Amino acid sequence: MARIGVFICHCGENISATVDCAKVAEAAAKFPGVVHSIDYKYMCSDPGQTLVGNAIKEHNLTGVVVSACSPRMHEPTFRRACAEAGLNPYQCEMANLREHCSWVHERNEKTDDKAIDLVRMLVEKVKRNNALQPIKVPVTKTALVIGGGVAGIQAALDIANAGHKVIMVEREPSIGGHMSQLSETFPTLDCSQCILTPRMVEVAQNPNIKLYTYAEIESVEGFVGNFIVKIRKKAKSIDESKCNGCGLCTTKCPNKKNPNEFELGMAKRPAIYVPFPQAVPNIPVIDKTQCTYYKTGKCKICEKVCQANAIQFDQQDEIIEVPVGAIAICTGFDIKKTDFFPEYGYGKHKDIIDGLQFERLASASGPTAGEIRRPSDGQVPKKIVFVACAGSRDPAKGIEYCSKICCMYTAKHAILYKHKVHDGTAYIFYMDIRAAGKNYDEFTRRAIEEDDAKYIRGRVSKIYERDGKLIVVGADTLMGAQTVEIEADMVVLATAGVANQGAEKLAQILHVSYDQHKFFSEAHPKLKPVETNTAGIYLAGACQSPKDIPESVAAASGVAGKISCLFSNSELTREPLIAVVDRLAPPQYSSCTGCFMCQSVCPYNAIEREEIKDRNGNLVKQLAFINPGLCQGCGTCVAVCKSKSIDIEGYTNSQMYSEVDALLNF
Amino acid sequence: MKLGFYPGCSLEGASREYNESVMAIAEEMGIELVSIPDWNCCGATAAHNMDKELSLSLPARNLALAEEAGLTELVVPCAACYSRFCATQHELKHDENLHKKINGIIEKEYKGNLRILNVIQFIEEFIIDKLEDKMKFEINKKVACYYGCLLVRPNKVLNFDRTEDPQTMDAVMKKLGADSIDWAFKTECCGAGFSVSFTETVGRLSGQIIEDAVHRGAEAMIVACPMCHSNLDMRRPEIDKYNKKKSDMPIIYITQAIGLALGIDRKKLGLQRHFVPVKLNDFKPYTKKTEVENPQKMEVE
Repeated sequence: MARIGVFICHCGENISATVDCAKVAEAAAKFPGVVHSIDYKYMCSDPGQTLVGNAIKEHNLTGVVVSACSPRMHEPTFRRACAEAGLNPYQCEMANLREHCSWVHERNEKTDDKAIDLVRMLVEKVKRNNALQPIKVPVTKTALVIGGGVAGIQAALDIANAGHKVIMVEREPSIGGHMSQLSETFPTLDCSQCILTPRMVEVAQNPNIKLYTYAEIESVEGFVGNFIVKIRKKAKSIDESKCNGCGLCTTKCPNKKNPNEFELGMAKRPAIYVPFPQAVPNIPVIDKTQCTYYKTGKCKICEKVCQANAIQFDQQDEIIEVPVGAIAICTGFDIKKTDFFPEYGYGKHKDIIDGLQFERLASASGPTAGEIRRPSDGQVPKKIVFVACAGSRDPAKGIEYCSKICCMYTAKHAILYKHKVHDGTAYIFYMDIRAAGKNYDEFTRRAIEEDDAKYIRGRVSKIYERDGKLIVVGADTLMGAQTVEIEADMVVLATAGVANQGAEKLAQILHVSYDQHKFFSEAHPKLKPVETNTAGIYLAGACQSPKDIPESVAAASGVAGKISCLFSNSELTREPLIAVVDRLAPPQYSSCTGCFMCQSVCPYNAIEREEIKDRNGNLVKQLAFINPGLCQGCGTCVAVCKSKSIDIEGYTNSQMYSEVDALLNF
Repeated sequence: MKLGFYPGCSLEGASREYNESVMAIAEEMGIELVSIPDWNCCGATAAHNMDKELSLSLPARNLALAEEAGLTELVVPCAACYSRFCATQHELKHDENLHKKINGIIEKEYKGNLRILNVIQFIEEFIIDKLEDKMKFEINKKVACYYGCLLVRPNKVLNFDRTEDPQTMDAVMKKLGADSIDWAFKTECCGAGFSVSFTETVGRLSGQIIEDAVHRGAEAMIVACPMCHSNLDMRRPEIDKYNKKKSDMPIIYITQAIGLALGIDRKKLGLQRHFVPVKLNDFKPYTKKTEVENPQKMEVE
């Protein structure tokens, strides 16, 4: 005989402001099989959990229904409390009175009725719950880090230094990411390359890290602790084992007029190239779309000059398969290009550049060797205008969110400009100066007070070219919104930070969720900031939202900590909510007819053939058998099974029907 | 072919030449423009500043009358009328209660099925494909296409062209063989309805527009709005005073430009009605077989 306890939570006022919790508890007490029913202000609190535990012992409960929030957060909490009190944790169910009731309805009698119905359904279900035992699975103690920017580098090094194997996959020919393109970094103005390059080299040299550059993720299968990842190693047309990085091929390549991606189009590179001098690995790749040999079948100069015989024109993409236990997504971000802005000329003016291009102009290794010279004619701009919030915080025409890093890097740009062009004037149009961070506000003050940056609070309505000058038309909202016109030599747009190219595709490969801006979503905005909703897959850096370097590095170390925790277990515990084929007494053995429709639809290849043999070894029957290590409990097999022989544990047909019956037959 | 036509007050008054040129090119292309019977004021700038229901009822009555007359397309050359008509259609489409209320006020059933076309849409849809067969001249001049505000804003309502840097008129002018320049004041304010009350402001705003176009070598400015035309043309003394220099760049309607390319008599296009004389001539005869080449830059006489 079932003995069910019902626990109604007020969730502070989240539920009780709309639902009459005492009334629901009272009604539930009258349901058949319910022996104990109470309401309490915070059921998830320690005293609340103690209430549940004590009631289990006192009333000898066989099932518990906690009527509170969504099971997403607190089902594990209450199942743990039940287990501690000696009840099988899978005898505990949650009725969602918050998201499914109080938050979406007005306070009235109908809402109370709905709450009572929700509790009734779960009471009927829990009566049919079986005691289940968790499944143990092994852990592959190798982590996959996707993306080799500063976040990926930090995560990989931390995990490797904890003694675990790491596989790093980077899409570009070199690791380093956006940080390797920056000149100096705020708020200390230390050189970006100088602090990053040693860490890049560390990645290459760490015996625990296997680095694949010019490679992308092809597919990911499996689950936490046991992922199988296919990596596409794009053909570099170079035998990496032979190449010694002498660079002769890149200097001799006759086809040198290709836009240089690393310099954001402000310089040219050969068709066989190393993206930048400090690249890791220092091995060139051939850009097949530009290479004369691939286009015309003639040239092969690089092959002739290569002393190491490392050029391989016929090299093909290679797909390798690796088992990993955890995945860190560190794929970074991108920025809107100047062609996004109609009011600033759709990118047609050469001297309107974006912030990343300015970084290259200011960088000692950049196309102008660190001199600030405008792209159109190489003149040193004497008047320069920075436009903050170009596209950010602009729900009408851009994106609604704040890109976060622009206030700081624009202040840095103004400082760098003044350090390099002493007689120049820097104007900054801004909405607000958001300098929240250690030493950040001091840094913007420095730009204003020491380096004489002219901050103008207002937006720029348009920029047009006239007689070689860029006329910047804006408003000064602190001076009565009067129009300001500046005849500038160069304009730098602090364009909005956006999700990286291919983020959506990668999210789909990994089965992790992403937001409307294609940034990856964390599992909980406050309490699980580096986890995704998929167990074993973590996030760090600007692939989640625009982040500066310290934040990206901190998140990456957080991910490394999480993954090290995961790898500290020799095996993992999985929820036993998987499909099972029913078993009956001989001579039937099972209602399964052996049609194996289920096998053809199972997305996880979890269904095998089981042979029932008699004592003499003669085959009596073939049945479907579901491998509990592989089954993910998706339920597709249940839907196609013609003989209704498959059930999902914890969500059996009889449990589901009992819930529906509880609604209909009352 | 028969299309609905709403002239509004401007086309019957101060901008008769706009009306004349629209009619002239329509006739040349074999299109009959049928005025809405018993049409009334669109409300223009006054009504929507005073009374929302009035500002919707005035265009709604015209639209309902057009529907009653069995028209499916309505050509509205005046940019202000076009804006009011589109705004009304948009508002009533998205607010059922308001729609019912306005129908009650105008005592007519406005269904909302009419397609409202501004003059550029009219040209794009019914004129441009036939130009090659009928063109006699190339408008081999440097021109600045000026769109103003009402033709392209608000984009959500009109869904026409790019708000910040519109291109449709430029495309038409290029088709006519003109060199349409890239310039900075395509959509800047001309001063609009302040023509009478704040003439000096209009002189300043329109002055900046004229100055930039002249500075970039435009020989004529192409417009599609009576208000813009009157400010840029009639207020030239105030404009010249603001710019401290005289300019004789004529302002012509896009329909007049098409008329010139078609070889229609200048009087029939109303070119003599402008305050700034339209001296443009010496057009290059057009021959169909070749692609339109880059127009040669010829001197204004």
